[in-house]
Amino acid sequence: MNDIAHHAPDLPAIAATADWPAAREAPPFWTTGAVAATVWLAGSAINYHWPDLSPWARTPLLAMAQGALGVLLLGAAIFGGRTRQVRYFHPAGRWLVALGALLTVWVVLTAKTALLPLPFFPPPQSILEVYTDDYARLLESLWYSAWLLVPGFVAGALAGFGAGVAIGWSRTVHYWGHPILRIVGPLPATAWLPVAFFFFPSANSASIFLIALSTGFPVAVLTASGISGVNSAYYDIARTLGANERFLIARIAIPAALPSVFVGLFMGLGASFAVLIVAEMMGVKAGLGFYLQWAQGWAAYANLYGVLILMALLFSGLISLLFLVRDRVLAWQKELVRW
Amino acid sequence: MVSAVTVPLTREAPSPVGIRAQIRGVSHHYPTPGGGLLHVLDDVTFTVEPGECVALLGPSGCGKSTLLRLLAGLEQPGRGKIGADGVRIVGPDPSRLLVFQDPTLYPWRTVRQNVGLGLEARGIADRARRVDEVLHLVGLDGFADAYPNQLSGGMAQRAALARVLVNDPRLLLLDEPLGKLDALTRMTMQAELLRLWQNAGFTTLLVTHDVEEALLLAQRVLVFTPRPARIAASFEVGLDYPRHRDDRHFVELRRRILEVVGHSDIL
Repeated sequence: MNDIAHHAPDLPAIAATADWPAAREAPPFWTTGAVAATVWLAGSAINYHWPDLSPWARTPLLAMAQGALGVLLLGAAIFGGRTRQVRYFHPAGRWLVALGALLTVWVVLTAKTALLPLPFFPPPQSILEVYTDDYARLLESLWYSAWLLVPGFVAGALAGFGAGVAIGWSRTVHYWGHPILRIVGPLPATAWLPVAFFFFPSANSASIFLIALSTGFPVAVLTASGISGVNSAYYDIARTLGANERFLIARIAIPAALPSVFVGLFMGLGASFAVLIVAEMMGVKAGLGFYLQWAQGWAAYANLYGVLILMALLFSGLISLLFLVRDRVLAWQKELVRW
Repeated sequence: MVSAVTVPLTREAPSPVGIRAQIRGVSHHYPTPGGGLLHVLDDVTFTVEPGECVALLGPSGCGKSTLLRLLAGLEQPGRGKIGADGVRIVGPDPSRLLVFQDPTLYPWRTVRQNVGLGLEARGIADRARRVDEVLHLVGLDGFADAYPNQLSGGMAQRAALARVLVNDPRLLLLDEPLGKLDALTRMTMQAELLRLWQNAGFTTLLVTHDVEEALLLAQRVLVFTPRPARIAASFEVGLDYPRHRDDRHFVELRRRILEVVGHSDIL
């Protein structure tokens, strides 16, 4: 049934006709999903039955994982085409096909034929092996990195926000603070690395400081410009309504500047990743950056790619988290529905 | 000066709510980016009686808005005195409130939070009931939790009006409040402004470009010259409310005002 035909008794004039086709319902069968399932199942079969040139321990596990995903997709395509949970994945359909195919091509070019030679082109099963066999060290590295990144970012964001509000609000603070921001701000925080390692008691504290610095500058600059860009009529109205200076800062200036503050936080977060990895490669003897450098030193390319993938997921996850917070805080910006 | 119309004016007893606004020999100028001075007001003197509604008519940029800012206490006059009930105005006060042509609502606050801002700023905790009352007064029931960008232009201006009315102002300064609205909304809002003013009894100063709007709402119309603004003429309207655009006196007054406006090269 379709909606228009459903209401046909009320509206006989607009029944579904050839001139005015009825709105089509989503088909119960998810075609792209079925194609993706076929690709993943075929990839699994190829990986399992085509012997490796030199046997890889995790080939059966990878083949099983490919097969499991294929079965899952097949089930979704046949039975779940109409459910909301499956529809959620519909937009990803073509990506699922492409990824399944790409993984199989990668397996064939490396493990099966060695057309792409070792050690620079490790097969996916060897990267899987990194996760199954070296997960303890990876988790440890993740933990150490978090202990630098989180305190550094939070401290930098708070300090940058405070400095930005002060510079944006007060003429005196602007006079003294703005030139410093202008001159010192563009200096990459990593350039401070030798100085920081010299002045701070430990490589850890130096790294936290540098991460805070790299976060703080963009946050300060964008908070200040956000505050000084606030429509002056907002202040005039609030002042006539009886607002004192504290109210103006907390209830007018800061909320009005928040969209700009979030741009600063986004830029600061990106800069903090760079500083984190460089600091760990240069001085800190733990963390994802250190793991990366260790892997390079031992020509352990599978570990190298493994940790790169982990970093990509971690960093993009953190940025998504920031966007989630922003969308919550700035929900008023999205309410564009007009009555 | 053009003399007032001969229609007798029946002014009621002075309103206890409204402020007497006094402008005595006020001149004002702004520094220009080029380093010069922009002379906006030149020796302006007039008094608005408590509860009176006076329209200020004149070309754009002539300095009428500056006059309202001075009365709101947002700026101090370069020369002359501005007073409220005989007391010199030295700063803003919630008894003297401005409504701009732009509603200038705070986009991150709901209508309720916008309207309640004055009470909040003054630390009045019990706001909800008063805000609801005023929202009802301006016809915005049911929109308390909407955000400003969900409102039409007319509704946003009603919210802006509610935001000042909630503070029980004694002097309402309207700076072309209906200037950006479409013709129909404008007519409705003119009637509503009139109703609000008649019920509440605050003193009103209305800056407008629209001769008809001035004649529909105001008891007195002051016509200003181009910058620097001086009072070119003053007209007592003296018609009963509600007024009609096709009334004989209304048409006659409009003709005479337009004559003055024409003489001062406004049109």
